[in-house]
Parts: sequence; structure tokens; C-alpha cells
Amino acid sequence: MLKLNPKFIPLAVTCCLFFLLFGIGAVQFEGFGSSRVLFNLLSDNAFLIIAAVGMTFVILSGGIDLSVGAVIALTGVVCSVLISQYQWHPLVVFPVVLIGGTAFGAIMGAIIHYYKMQPFIVTLAGMFFARGLASVISEESIPIEHEFYNQVAAFGFMLPGDAWVGTSTIICLLVLVAAIIVAHYTRFGGRVYAVGGDANSAALMGIPLAQTTIRIYAISAFLATLAGIVYSFYTFSGYSLAAVGVELDAIAAVVIGGTLLTGGYGYMFGTLMGVLIMGVVQTYISFDGTLSSWWTKIVIGLLLFCFIALQQLLVRGKPR
Amino acid sequence: MNLSKNPNLRRYLWPCAGLLLLLLINAIIAPEFFHIEFKDGRFYGSVIDVLNRAAPVALLAIGMALVIATGGVDLSVGSIMAIAGAASAYYITKGVDNLAIIIGAGLLAGLIAGAINGFLVGYMSIQPIVATLILMVAGRGIAQLMNEGQIVTFDHAGFAFLGTGDFLGLPFPVVLVIITFVIVQLLTRKTALGLYIEAVGANPSASHYMGLNAKAIKMSVYCVAGLCAALAGMIAAADIKGSDANNAGLWLELDAILAVVIGGASLMGGRFSIFLAVIGALIIQTLSVTIILSGIPPKFNLLIKASAIIIVLLMQSPLFQKQLSQLNIWKKKEANHA
Repeated sequence: MLKLNPKFIPLAVTCCLFFLLFGIGAVQFEGFGSSRVLFNLLSDNAFLIIAAVGMTFVILSGGIDLSVGAVIALTGVVCSVLISQYQWHPLVVFPVVLIGGTAFGAIMGAIIHYYKMQPFIVTLAGMFFARGLASVISEESIPIEHEFYNQVAAFGFMLPGDAWVGTSTIICLLVLVAAIIVAHYTRFGGRVYAVGGDANSAALMGIPLAQTTIRIYAISAFLATLAGIVYSFYTFSGYSLAAVGVELDAIAAVVIGGTLLTGGYGYMFGTLMGVLIMGVVQTYISFDGTLSSWWTKIVIGLLLFCFIALQQLLVRGKPR
Repeated sequence: MNLSKNPNLRRYLWPCAGLLLLLLINAIIAPEFFHIEFKDGRFYGSVIDVLNRAAPVALLAIGMALVIATGGVDLSVGSIMAIAGAASAYYITKGVDNLAIIIGAGLLAGLIAGAINGFLVGYMSIQPIVATLILMVAGRGIAQLMNEGQIVTFDHAGFAFLGTGDFLGLPFPVVLVIITFVIVQLLTRKTALGLYIEAVGANPSASHYMGLNAKAIKMSVYCVAGLCAALAGMIAAADIKGSDANNAGLWLELDAILAVVIGGASLMGGRFSIFLAVIGALIIQTLSVTIILSGIPPKFNLLIKASAIIIVLLMQSPLFQKQLSQLNIWKKKEANHA
């Protein structure tokens, strides 16, 4: 405990930065440093955390998934059509869309592996495909009106300090815990890291590359679909142009969370902190009132740069 | 002579055939497609319109082709368009009347942005996707900062000429594309620069041992991409006589990458052809016109585009080609049996 293991440095920096930003806000503004603001960060960004967790798996394996935002939008549209126009019960709809989303990711993974294509371009095509499908189904925003959604919105409990823990917060924390277990304590998790570290060595070690790649993209799409469901809990609607650019937010969160973009190194917990840092920046700007919203983008860009530079320093520092 | 040229010709065959096929479909479903009128010293017609609308993506694709040839990718070109448009608009609204300053400001903004990308990729060896992601995210913020969050509109006849003027009967954006194409083509094919770019993309370590300065080459291609994006951004701003930081060039980086890929370039780097990248841009624009002409609702646009990418990518994959030829052998066997 006296000396920090160097592999935890990016994670430690991320955590410190979060508490520093939160601390600055708490000192400057009354009401900022409360458990209420903290839990609002979680519930406001729950869908982003879920999507970013999926992205972490992909990036750990050395890939990238650009289809996340489009899958969120497609999920919302499909849910709203099935619930509002076909009168399906949400509890029937959710498994259907989750299976569909997972299959979508698995197909992308299979194309990436078998046809040896770059994940970047395949998931880009996937993004066009999902957005296109969503706009073909409906170009207008479709409201979701169902008793179940009202119950979901009402469900939750109050923590001391006026902090509300709702359905989305609970789902996102469960996803996070499950992801930490899968990534760090199962054989599959080990394979993801091995593939990201060096796919050739991993294959020589006997790791089934095809199965692992397909599973990774299936998980990412599954979580993106789940994020889409959670997103529909906020908006009570489905819209084909919703969640534009979420994939970039998710990638940014993963990088700020200390995961190496070349793959093979990173922690699920870091991703949570990455999303929370972006959330704190946004909250700070809205608390301040005089700063305009575009500063969020610039600050996140700067943070991205700082963390990538830090990663480069750490990688170069290691003897190769 | 013929043999050595053969693979090169094949490279040009598919994209050009694709474009011709699309044009043919257009001509069949809408005979007036090829009708060109000469009015008020300027050509009018669907084909001219396609050329004009394809101009921004074609400009981006020229820069992107060079970047992809080095094995990189530039996600920030859409944001650079917004920045360049905002920079020009800033000077116009400040009352600057000198066209050179206005255009110079836009180009300088693009050059700086490109240099930042080039520095991150070349000198800091950051993955291109990530390095350019920074500017993609932050760039729109910077453009909004320059515009102070507004959609800045302006009225400047000289600057508007960039987007709506005409030269020798052709819309000026098309002329700009031709000029840029000629300059870049001369730079890369009449000097060794093109060879260096391909060498860096095809095998970075081999080119390093050959004594190539890969860092400087990467820097230069991102700068060219930045300049091309700035030009496209100014055309877009001049076209609407305003600078919209949120929507200028939105998602055009994806179209530009698509254009280069449709042009047959490998995303892994190596050989490139600016001509094919421009053909790719024309294919994308013609495809959307075809969709409109054929009466398919425009909402199918994205879905068709996605299918087109997947088909083009599959055609490029060696495994798929093998599977396809196996399918042909099967069919032949069946035919023989019958």
C-alpha cells in the first residue's frame, strides 16, 4: 500500500480528477457537494454508463464500436412501435429487442472476424444500417404510453440527503458489477484482454478468436440495446435521430477512464469514473450559468487529449 | 506493358463501372437526367447539380485519400469544416472586406487543425481514430465559441461566389474541386511525395529503415486534409451565406471515408488514387439522386447506403471473393450435370 502499483496509475488519476472536479464544484456552489447531485449524475448518465461498459469490452479487445448510438435509437423506435402501435407488453418487448440487438452485434463481430475487416468500418456500416432501419420504421418521434413505464418511473427509493435511486440507476449499477465480474474474474474476460494485448499470440495460445470476437461485439450491442431501453425510460418515446453521437461520448468516457485504446489494458471501474467526470463537467457548467454549453465539448476534448498523452507517456516509459 | 498495367486497370474498373451503372439507371428511370441547358452563361441540369452537390464531399475525399493511404483516418474533417466556416464568418461580420483575408482565415484555421492532428498522429504516435476524435468532439465547441453560439449570417458577394458563383459555365465549387484535384495530383504523382505516402502506409517500419521521415509525411497529409476540409467548409458556409457550427459538415467525415473506400482504397493504407476517391464521392451523390428519382422514399437513403458499403467491403475481402468463385464452380458443375 506504500507504493502504488504502476498499473493502477491511470485509474488513480481518473478517480482523483473526479473528486477534484467535484470538490471544486462543492466549494464554489452551494448544494453542489451533495449526495443528491452525485446520484443525479448516476441516473442522468445511466444509459451512457451502460453503453460505455459495452464499449470498454470492445476497446479492451483492441476494436471499436461506432454503432452504439444508432442501436440506442433503433431500440427506442422498435420499443415504442411495438408498445404503442401493437399493444405488446413492455416485458415481452424487452427480451425481443435484446435478442435482436445481440444478434445484430454478433453478425458485426462475425463479419469483422471472418472477412478480416476493420472493426471501425464494419461498425460504421452497422451505424448507418441501424439508423436507416430506425428511420424507415418511423421518421417521427413515437410516444410510449403504458402503465408499466409509469411504474418504472415511480419505482425507486430515497437515500439520505434527498438522493433518489431510480430504476435506471439500479440497472446501471447491476450492469457495472456484472461487467466487472465478467471482465476481471472469468475466463472470457481473460480472453478479451489477451486478444487486445496481441491477437496473434492469443491465437497461438489456443484462444478461440472467432468465438471471442463475436461475443465481444454481441455484448456491446446487447448493452447498447439495454441502454436504449433505459434511454426510453427518460424520454417515454422512440425517435430515429435520438442519441446521436453517444458512441463518441462512450469512447471518450472509456479513454478518460484510463483504458488503453490499443487494447489489452484497462478497468471497468475506470469507465464509470470516465462517464462521471464528463457528467461533473456538464453539471458544473449548468451550475455556473454564465458558461455556455459548448464549453462542455471543448473541456471534454481537452480531457481526452490529456488522458491520451498520459497513456502515451506510460506506454513509452515501459521497456518494450 | 499490358500485363503490368492490368491490375491497375482492374482497380479503376469497378468504381467507374459502378458510377456508369448508376448513371445508366438514372437515365432509364428519368430520361431528363442528362438534359443540360445553357442559360445566363452557366450550365443547368441534373448532372451539373450532382457535380455541384458532390463538391464538398469530393474535396474531403481528396484529403482523406491521402490520410488513409498512410494507414490513418481523419474523423475531424466535418468539425474542421465548421471551424473554417466560422473563421471566415467571424472576419466578414467584423467588417473585413478583403476576400484574401477572409479566405486566408478559413484556410489557416484548417491548416492549424490539420497540423494538430498531424502532430498527435505523427509525433506523438497516437492512434489516428483517437487523435482525430479529439478535434471532432472539441472542434464543434470551438466553432460555436467563434460564433458565440449563434448561427452567424452574412452578406458578402465575393465570399458567396465560392458557393454559388460560376466559372466557364460550371458552378464554382466544381471548379474548386478540379483545381484542388490537379494540384494534389501533380504534388503526389509528379514528385516522390505520393510514393513516400504509399510507402509509409504500406510498411511503416520498412519505410523508416529506408530513411523516410514518416512523421513529417504524416504531418503533411493531415495538413492537406485540413486545408481540403477548410475549403469544403467555406463552400458550405458561402452556399447558405451563414455559419452553422452545429450542422456544417455534420457526418460528412463518414461520407468522405466512404467515398475513399468505394474508390477501392484499403483502410490499412498503401496504394491510393485521388481520382477514384472523387469517383467515390460522385457515386455517393449519384446514389442519393437515384434513390430520389426511383421514387423510393428518402428515408430509405441510409439503409441503401449501408447496404452499399457492406457490399463494397465484401467485394474487397479475399475470403468473400473465394466463396463467390466457389459458388460459381458449383453452379457450373450443376449445369454440367444437367
